Amino acid sequence: MEEVSLFAIAINGIFVKNFLLVQFLGLCSFLGVSKETKSATGMSAAVMFVMIMASTAAFLIYTYLLKPFGLTFLTTISFIIIIAALVQLVEFIIRKYSPPLYRSLGIFLPLITTNCAILGVVILNVRLEYGFIESVFYGFTAALGYTMVMLLMSAIREKTSVLNVPASVQGIPHAFFITTLLSMAFVNFFGVIPT
Amino acid sequence: MTGTLLIAQSAVIIGGIGFLVGIVLIWASIKFAVETNPLVEDVIGVLPGANCGACGYAGCSDFADKVVSESAPIDGCPVGGFDVAKQIGIKLGQEVTESESIYPFVRCNGGVHCIDKIDYVGIDDCRAVMMISDGEKGCSYGCIGRGTCVRACPFGAMSMGDDRLPYINKNLCKGCGICVDECPNEILVMASKSAAVHVLCRSHDKGKLVKSVCEFGCIGCRICAKNCPEDAITVTDFLAEIDPEKCTNCGLCVENCPQKSIFSTSPALEAAA
Repeated sequence: MEEVSLFAIAINGIFVKNFLLVQFLGLCSFLGVSKETKSATGMSAAVMFVMIMASTAAFLIYTYLLKPFGLTFLTTISFIIIIAALVQLVEFIIRKYSPPLYRSLGIFLPLITTNCAILGVVILNVRLEYGFIESVFYGFTAALGYTMVMLLMSAIREKTSVLNVPASVQGIPHAFFITTLLSMAFVNFFGVIPT
Repeated sequence: MTGTLLIAQSAVIIGGIGFLVGIVLIWASIKFAVETNPLVEDVIGVLPGANCGACGYAGCSDFADKVVSESAPIDGCPVGGFDVAKQIGIKLGQEVTESESIYPFVRCNGGVHCIDKIDYVGIDDCRAVMMISDGEKGCSYGCIGRGTCVRACPFGAMSMGDDRLPYINKNLCKGCGICVDECPNEILVMASKSAAVHVLCRSHDKGKLVKSVCEFGCIGCRICAKNCPEDAITVTDFLAEIDPEKCTNCGLCVENCPQKSIFSTSPALEAAA
């Protein structure tokens, strides 16, 4: 395993390989929940929780169960089970402690289960052969990157919701234009970390 | 042998993960259980469940919540009408009195009897047609006949007739008013079921112009107003209007209208019934 500094992992997770704008993972919740900052914050917190927990659990299961028995072909299915369970847990907690947030997140909360960003993090952890600390840290920074872009996007969408855009571009097409511009801005981070 | 072992190991590991996860989730569902009022579930059960929003709340479950907490009226669901209100009343132990149900009627009898002024080719939708010089019809007040209201109806109560006018099935219509909101030309209006006589035209054009484009348009001749024994009809800007408060449904105006633009119970309802 190649030694990677935590700082490099952080810069990678937040900027250079931002999950939303560079790797295009988890876009459905990105466009669905970024209409207002409040629900975007809640969604980001939920994603962060699930990402960190999933990275931890996935690392433990992969290293201590699947790898010793040579069952690495079970990686995807066991990771999906873990993520589904974690999402269910988050749903219980949010419904208990914040019913308004639960209602505003709506269908996107159970959809975190199939959020490719989370499966992306755990699969990448395995593929890049990160150790325990690196895995969890990568999950955390990827979630930080997700949060940052969600907040950026929701702030922009809140401000531009009052703009008089042509009817054919209103709503989701408008959001796609903003996403494109943000994504192009993130291309500038390419090459910050020499490979 | 190694194959069997591999299968056994996989089954045990995946099964074990699933079992553990299940136990954790059972614990969590008990620990984080949310108290819900069973009455709310009961009320949701008797509501139509179309989530149309005609009550003014965000869907049926929100309405049920508000009814139980008594901030919404018990007969607030216009879709379910009296039947549903009665059932909610049984659940909550309250008496409900019947209020009048309403349904939309089509204020145009033009359809194929009204000439087209342009040959429209494009998206088959009333709203698209309305963007081009007030629609394709010779009469800018009339029904466009592209069926936007029919597609908007969540209860399948509307259909387009051969004469290019929407028909409303009284039995299926729940009076939610979505079609009224969807119509880009304000053809549909809500009326109570007891009002049986309607002017099926909303053209304020002069009589000569109306006659040149439409067979059945109101020309503002005032014959109905003169014949009405209750003075319920007024003609303003070449269009007759019936005051439902004064109208006794005697049908004199229907017999005397030279343009056949006043009908006793909307023909749209009669045809579909």
